[in-house]
Amino acid sequence: MTTEQTFFEYLVHVSENHSPLDFMLIADHLDKFFFGALLTLEITALALVIGGAMAVPLAIARAYRHRWLNGPIWAFTYVFRGTPLLVQIYLVYYGLAQFDFVRESFLWDPVLSSPWWCALITFSLNTAAYTTEFLRGAIENTARGEIEAAKACGMSKIQMMRRVILPGAFRRALPAYSNEVIFMLHSSVVLSTITLQDILGVGRWLNGRYYLAYEGFITAMVFYMILVFLISQGFKFWEKKWLGHLMPRAVESTK
Amino acid sequence: MKIKFMITAIAGAFALFSMTASADGHALRVGVEGAYPPFSWKESDGSLKGFDIDMAMEVCKRLDKKCVLIEQEWDGMIPALLAKKFDTIIASMSITEERKKKVDFTIKYYNTPAKLVAKTDPGFDGTASGLNGKRLGVQRATTHQCSAEKLYPGAEIVLYATQEEVWQDLVAGRLDAQLSDSLQAYEGFLSLDAGKGYDFLGENLDDIECQGVGAGFTVRKQDSALRDQLSQVILDIRADGTYKALNDKYFAVDIYGN
Repeated sequence: MTTEQTFFEYLVHVSENHSPLDFMLIADHLDKFFFGALLTLEITALALVIGGAMAVPLAIARAYRHRWLNGPIWAFTYVFRGTPLLVQIYLVYYGLAQFDFVRESFLWDPVLSSPWWCALITFSLNTAAYTTEFLRGAIENTARGEIEAAKACGMSKIQMMRRVILPGAFRRALPAYSNEVIFMLHSSVVLSTITLQDILGVGRWLNGRYYLAYEGFITAMVFYMILVFLISQGFKFWEKKWLGHLMPRAVESTK
Repeated sequence: MKIKFMITAIAGAFALFSMTASADGHALRVGVEGAYPPFSWKESDGSLKGFDIDMAMEVCKRLDKKCVLIEQEWDGMIPALLAKKFDTIIASMSITEERKKKVDFTIKYYNTPAKLVAKTDPGFDGTASGLNGKRLGVQRATTHQCSAEKLYPGAEIVLYATQEEVWQDLVAGRLDAQLSDSLQAYEGFLSLDAGKGYDFLGENLDDIECQGVGAGFTVRKQDSALRDQLSQVILDIRADGTYKALNDKYFAVDIYGN
């Protein structure tokens, strides 16, 4: 027990007197960073689920050039992919709040007055726009032979979409989607600009409270790195599982 | 031919470099904020105005140096000073013990109390228990963040990058109250159209530990010569009536404090 205590005291001593970083301060506020990480993950994950669900019908309509829907969907993805996420979230959070009719509407109290909801709406629309476009590409790239085979089996259009085209398109879109997930996580730092205490928000709080920039931001960086590592490992596993047949494989020579 | 050209180019580059280096000796690079009226704000043409800006220009004039104003977001002020992006901060920065661990200050150039602002007759009072469960907005990395977290532990503290965003969200109804410098609150919000229906709440804050002893110019710890020079300039400006002229241009009361 006593050796443990002295070792701990030694660590405190090193942190306070010799280390360029104040590790004890970071350790004291680590719980805040964990809550920040939870908020980052919560909003990012929910937005990816909602945005992803929106993207599937939008991508199908785009891929088959639906007469009325294609144009508006193109405009939607063009606007959301062509402007920075920071501008989008400022417009929703600070912009909408300027108008009296918005502040008096029934949506204000439960939804639009809350930074959490503003962020979720903006992130969902943003990721829906990106996902729509690369999913459309994946659908359009379905091999002609697969469609002919499905037709030859007598599948209806809906059956063909459900059994052949979409599963294949999801597989092909997987590598692009892993990028989208990681980009979304990186973009989630804009949460801290609308008062939410995400990982970066906690880092900025620490800097604001103790005027120690490195401590806050390096801890935030480590948290983001861990999250990105876990996400990319997850996608590696799924790509192996669902795209394994496309990977180069070692062939034993049989001579 | 080619080599000769290269040598000339390199010599030219060196000459240019040393020229900017020597020009730096005649310039005082001042970090300012530009989002804190009436102390500093930005006109629509991009020029900076305000009490802090006038103060900076007066200081440069008396030190016989060219003023280079460098705009910086508030929560990056001290890191930017330490990274030598500028030589001093003239941006209403309060002199506190927490900040003195990282940087050094001149004597104060003004001292005004902090105060809460909320809707007129908000239905709660400005005490710790009154603010329990209320959303209290403050600008990040200010003395007010420190005071808010210390004095109102039951309130939900909401942090903003600029004071202007705090006012926006107070008006939008996302905040129940906000804590800031009383003079800034009056001149920059309550006396304007936007501040109609809002008022001070409670008494002046009595929290010297967080609020410090007034605002000073900030310098790096090793620049004690510059610090003393600047302190002397503040005394001179105060003594010869220039301070009063600057003060009266913006404020109805003397902001120097006791």
